[in-house]
Amino acid sequence: MDFTFTDDERAFQDAISRFLMTEAAPEALREIWETDAGRSPDLRNKMAEQGLTALSIPEEAGGLGMGDVVWSLMTQELGYYGIPDSLADTAYVSAGLIAALPETVADRSGWLEQIAEGSIRIAVGHPINPLVADAHLADFSLLNHEGEIHAVPRSLIDVEHNASIDSSRRLCRVMWEPSSATRIADAETGAPIWEEALNRGALSVAGQLLGLAQRMLDLSVDYVAQRKQFGKPIGSFQAVKHHLADVASKIEFAKPVLYRAGYSLQHGDADAALHISQAHIACAEAAHLAARHGIQVHGAMGYTWEVDLQMFMKRTWALESSWGDRAFHKARISAAIFADDAPLGPGQTFGRS
Amino acid sequence: MDLNYTPRQQAFRQEVRAWLKDNLPAQKLASYDTREGFEQHREWERKLFDARLSMVMWPEELGGRGCDLTEWLIFEEEYYAADAPMRVNQNGQLLLGPTLMEFGTEAQKKRFLPRMAASDDMWAQAWSEPNAGSDMAAISSKAIRDGDHYIINGQKTWSTRAIYADWAFGLFRSDADSKRHHGLSFLMVPLDAEGVTIRPIKALNGKDAFAEIFFDNVRVPVENRIGEEGSGWHVAMATAGFERGLLLRSPARFQQPVRKLIELYKANQASADRDPSIRDAVMEVWAGAEAYALSAYQSVGRLARGEKIGAESSINKIIWSELDLKIHETAMRILGARGELLASAPQNEDDHGWLEGFLFAQAGPIYAGANEIQRNIIAERMLGLPKA
Repeated sequence: MDFTFTDDERAFQDAISRFLMTEAAPEALREIWETDAGRSPDLRNKMAEQGLTALSIPEEAGGLGMGDVVWSLMTQELGYYGIPDSLADTAYVSAGLIAALPETVADRSGWLEQIAEGSIRIAVGHPINPLVADAHLADFSLLNHEGEIHAVPRSLIDVEHNASIDSSRRLCRVMWEPSSATRIADAETGAPIWEEALNRGALSVAGQLLGLAQRMLDLSVDYVAQRKQFGKPIGSFQAVKHHLADVASKIEFAKPVLYRAGYSLQHGDADAALHISQAHIACAEAAHLAARHGIQVHGAMGYTWEVDLQMFMKRTWALESSWGDRAFHKARISAAIFADDAPLGPGQTFGRS
Repeated sequence: MDLNYTPRQQAFRQEVRAWLKDNLPAQKLASYDTREGFEQHREWERKLFDARLSMVMWPEELGGRGCDLTEWLIFEEEYYAADAPMRVNQNGQLLLGPTLMEFGTEAQKKRFLPRMAASDDMWAQAWSEPNAGSDMAAISSKAIRDGDHYIINGQKTWSTRAIYADWAFGLFRSDADSKRHHGLSFLMVPLDAEGVTIRPIKALNGKDAFAEIFFDNVRVPVENRIGEEGSGWHVAMATAGFERGLLLRSPARFQQPVRKLIELYKANQASADRDPSIRDAVMEVWAGAEAYALSAYQSVGRLARGEKIGAESSINKIIWSELDLKIHETAMRILGARGELLASAPQNEDDHGWLEGFLFAQAGPIYAGANEIQRNIIAERMLGLPKA
């Protein structure tokens, strides 16, 4: 029993964090928002050079061969720095989905290599999400037709853009015709793969929400330490302190829930879906509270376009219903814990022993 | 990261489970807030001690097993899953014990720890005073040196089960002119000493659950002091850390009532579902108890890797106390109009003791440092916000 990360895993996280701090500053993200595509090929290439796109690709396909546990650290960094969707959707969710495809899919290993080297963008159209993020830019989209998996090149889809309150989101309604040429897995093969993709997408969002929560807490702490009223920093007032202490508590207690969910997915635990829904809700609650209390302690400044808090609040409000809204995840938890054979009580936390 | 128990850990779990199955009292013990129940619990503690299960983390020479924190978590899981009796001597074993191990002399350890592990001596705390609650540095009870004794005068209060206990420990002002956290000494006082008067305070449950202690020229030998004279604040704070907070309220203590709450909900589902927020509250406390358990295992791992854990103990305190409240509030909502009935009422159907737990849960956000103080600590020490 060892519920900690290795020094190497933590060092990798620190390196990614330092890299994103300089390359993905809020000013840079705001510039990217203004572009039509909403994405920066330059930033994308640099992230690939850092190894982010190769993270979960098997070593034989040119990747680093790491799993969901390490991704639970990385997605927090993506959230903390407000990195747009396509990176996690390609490098994490699609990578997992493609790796799970039967070896008979001809392009499988080629795609994995391209993900690892950062030369491809893949969008994922899971039925849990009404729209497909970044389909307009993706080399191809992985789409669902009656449970089948289709890999549909950009040239075979039409997209209708749907603007989001989160300016870094690029959501598309995708119009396409399924055919035997695009089908890469039938419905029977596809069912468990789609299920795993949903879990991975939800875990990705959970990690990003937790990173967003931490970012909003940090911004709020900075703000209340320097903003003075009544001759004192407002952060010295108990009412303000307690708002932020509550956010810190939510974040601390969501972390181990996220990490265990990553572990369960990586190791095929029978309760992985339960653990992931638990993580999605815990991390969404932390981020939601960080936004609510964050804007409160920022006062009117928090309601402006100018102050960076807005970037992370809006991303929170967008992501908290993504890859399964609260009702979806609550329903999964409900089904699990009210079942007759539910693993309940002391000693059941790490599996039904 | 490896979230599997080792064969050794699994074997320890099985051993504890089997021992509890064979040795649990046939009948539920009386409340340890009564004299009768207190002595029943003392007997149970003796039985645990004889099986070297009273203080599993203590070294073997003190009657323990030298277990690590993971094994302690396992012990607690089995203990609460078996509905074993509440631990009556926790204030001594979990609060004073570690302090003695860190700051006590060899003679003090030998004299006090084995008797504490066996509950031959029962311990009460003597921290709070009428004018020193959340502001503990306002302590005014004095312990003035007179040769090889201290002479104690003053009053302590909120001392849990002090009317039944044998000893008390706490902070006293040994330098009459000192202020705040200076000039305090950490003393152990036998409660049968001349000049000690203990007056019970009836708690919310109608029982003498805590007490005031009056000291009128009570003579205590200097060898009952822990640490240096005047350094009592340091001694008290140094061991008020994370580990002690976790030991006092292990996750299993909340996972077991959550399991029962789910049973209670299912048994009364038709009635409870008239208010859909009840089901939601049940799910919320399930998630809270699981998160507390996961956090504990994570912290234990970090401690094992040599990391220090600081203000997070204040987060723990808030989390478990508010979780306990929510668990019992939800149970009371499910019980509805029957919830008010005392255990003695013929129509009472609450065989778990939800009402008693509900009452005790009210105290959680107040004792062991009010939650407002904990939130200040988080804001100031973890987030670095300025003091008021």
